[in-house]
Amino acid sequence: MLILAMAFIALPVVALFLKSPLDTILGSLHDPMVLDALQLSLTTSALTTIVVVVMGTPIAYVSARFHYFGKEMADSLIDLPVIMPPAVAGIALLVAFGRMGIVGHYLNAFGISIAFTTLAVIMAQVFVSSPFYIRQARTSFEDVDLAFENAARTLGASRVYTFFHVILPIAMNGLISGAIMAFARSLGEFGATIMFAGNFQGRTQTMPLAIYTAMQGDLDVSLCLSIILVAISFVVIVLVKKLTRRMYKNVKN
Amino acid sequence: MLKINVKKRLRDFDLQVTLDVERGKTLMLVGDNGCGKTTLLNLVAGLDNPDEGRIALDGRALYDSEYGTNVPPEARGIGYVFQSYALFPHMSIYDNVAFGLRTRRTPEDEVKVLVKEHLEAAGLWEIRKAKAALVSGGQKQRAALARAIIIEPRLLLLDEPLSALDVRKQTAMRKELRETIRACGVPCIIVTHDLRDVACIGDRACLLEQGKIALHAGAEEVLSWGLSTTARSK
Repeated sequence: MLILAMAFIALPVVALFLKSPLDTILGSLHDPMVLDALQLSLTTSALTTIVVVVMGTPIAYVSARFHYFGKEMADSLIDLPVIMPPAVAGIALLVAFGRMGIVGHYLNAFGISIAFTTLAVIMAQVFVSSPFYIRQARTSFEDVDLAFENAARTLGASRVYTFFHVILPIAMNGLISGAIMAFARSLGEFGATIMFAGNFQGRTQTMPLAIYTAMQGDLDVSLCLSIILVAISFVVIVLVKKLTRRMYKNVKN
Repeated sequence: MLKINVKKRLRDFDLQVTLDVERGKTLMLVGDNGCGKTTLLNLVAGLDNPDEGRIALDGRALYDSEYGTNVPPEARGIGYVFQSYALFPHMSIYDNVAFGLRTRRTPEDEVKVLVKEHLEAAGLWEIRKAKAALVSGGQKQRAALARAIIIEPRLLLLDEPLSALDVRKQTAMRKELRETIRACGVPCIIVTHDLRDVACIGDRACLLEQGKIALHAGAEEVLSWGLSTTARSK
């Protein structure tokens, strides 16, 4: 049963490599569509990760340490994008921030248009990937023994000093692995992006969108992009495993 | 001199304690698990707040419900050794001991001198670069104590300082601990389960039962009532 399950996952991945000869992949690497998509995907995903980390870290810490009115609801709301179909997220973003959307309508009056721009790509990615970081960060903060915080306070550290010098470093491995997961999720983001940002090469056409578009013409380009994404996925899994393993070792000590 | 007069509602009972500890004297706090010993230390350290009452150290109020005084823990100048020692696992022994000086923005060359002095006195200078998570129980205990006393606290609080050590080490550490505390010359409260600690380290002793002081006496007298009272309640 296990072999069957593993074969089911491994076979398509192997097929991807078997069906794409190395020279055609290298040839496709110079295709402007591939280059544009690769560059756009990496920059938007990197920016998304920065936004998610900067905004998600305080949210995760507050959620891990404090109880406040409506906390249950806030936590569920944060987790919602994980279960929400990405296409629905895209539509939702469109009716909120699109030209005719609830907020977008007012922004449009000031000449600001978000939908179908690179900013929309980032917003779609932030929307779907933030829970991956926040959930992991919340768990990491919860795992930091309260005694460390108390010890720091009695030694003269303010709350802020304690956060940056004690809590953050202890939770760091978990935070990094959460950030990598969010990065990977934004890299693979398709549904919300195509709905909210459209599919314009060089502006909003990220790698998954380019794979989809190229499928209709040049399969080699699709395969080349897919191989790159598979390679990145492998690196992500290895990194996250390594970091979480080290984290457990630290906690045990 | 430390003066405590506090009341706090806990889950199963009220913690209600009035006691004084004089300068240079050590009070041993004995009692069963969950009788409020650690809570009392946390109240004094400011990590938890009483419902009402007053805690004063050397005439200055740290907490006073009447006047709304509540000095935050970082400004109380109290050396606290936690039961788990709570050494910061991501820092070396050196950085752990230096932590309290750095939060006070002590100049780095002064930090160097002081930390060296304390680490050498505690026999930890050789392992100063080791990560705190990786040293032995005895070394952790000494590092935690050094970290607490390097800030020249006006009061020392120790929560079960020897319970994480094996029995053979406890005897040696008990003497060492007594010397170190005496040298500080400040009031000190030690929470313990072990009556040998009481007799060896303490000047006075308190038995806490269900949040109230059941007995209060000189440390030497404890062995007699301790054997009958705590043995019975266990």
